[in-house]
Amino acid sequence: MELSANEIIKEIKRADIRFVVALPDRTTSEHLLKPMLRDPELKVVQVCKEDEGVSICSALYATGHRALLLIQYTGLLDSINSLRGGAIEGQNPVCMMVGLLGKEPGVAPTQSKRYGLRIVEPILDAMGIEHHLIEQPEDVTKITPAVARAYERSLPVVLLIGREPR
Amino acid sequence: MMKRDECFKVLARHRTDEIVVAVYQAAQEWIHISPSDFNYTFTGAMGQGSSHALGLALGRPDKRVVVLDGDGSLLMNLGSLVTIANAAPKNLIHCVCENGTYETNGAVPIPGVNRLSFTALARAAGYPKSYEFDKLEDWEREVGKVLKEDGPILVDLKVTPGEQYPEDFRRLYSIEFRDRFRKALQK
Repeated sequence: MELSANEIIKEIKRADIRFVVALPDRTTSEHLLKPMLRDPELKVVQVCKEDEGVSICSALYATGHRALLLIQYTGLLDSINSLRGGAIEGQNPVCMMVGLLGKEPGVAPTQSKRYGLRIVEPILDAMGIEHHLIEQPEDVTKITPAVARAYERSLPVVLLIGREPR
Repeated sequence: MMKRDECFKVLARHRTDEIVVAVYQAAQEWIHISPSDFNYTFTGAMGQGSSHALGLALGRPDKRVVVLDGDGSLLMNLGSLVTIANAAPKNLIHCVCENGTYETNGAVPIPGVNRLSFTALARAAGYPKSYEFDKLEDWEREVGKVLKEDGPILVDLKVTPGEQYPEDFRRLYSIEFRDRFRKALQK
């Protein structure tokens, strides 16, 4: 079963997100990021490194805007200190959509053959960051409530994209 | 070279309702020199001041945003120069307090001290304007004009430590003050 990129974008908008801060990831570039770049309802801010995005999203929250950080899991791993200080200790609802590049379809991230993928969820758990796997079509409905909960708690959330949306 | 706190006092005299993002030593001094609910010191991690400033500038294009960055801090997030230039916020003024050291972390010299040029880096990244100031009288004469110009602008402030101000990291990262900032913006 395919994961619908259109449905994901609709859910993002339903969650009142209008800013997308992004660094391309092969899992999401073609069918999420490129359509977002063309979408007049979304403002995409391209960053050079993912930790910049954690800060930009935090500051956008301070101005009353909702934002999504669209990155690859390697960028998430690279942003741990910014997440520590900016999102967790700073209590900012940084909402991240993170592509799990190379994850085997239907295999839980912690069971992946790839070391980098296996460590993602345990690291998020250790940091106390809520996360959800978006891999099956029905998982798309997790997005809006997860974003709403992040803003209610003023804490970050990670939406792990388990396969390439089409 | 200018004493940093004297340089900030000049900026404070010209400040109207600008948001000011300040990091580390600059923040410790700025909150005393120009107290305001529009001071934003909640940058979370070293190097991130310029990125927070960009988010604020994009979220509130009707307000001017000044960031008092550090040289060591900016070196940790040099890509933000390209990100900012690409986003091209007209309301962002990026000041770098260049003292040549990691002052908060033992005053060890930064790599490239006395060789690198922050204005050249900014211009190469795509900032349309940049300035360098190392004399207080020049800064005093130009700051009013700089604050009104379209950004993004990089301003390299050549500084040395001035008067000692009390350090209070808890205040800098306080959630209470962050919420006050949010409320002030909503008014």
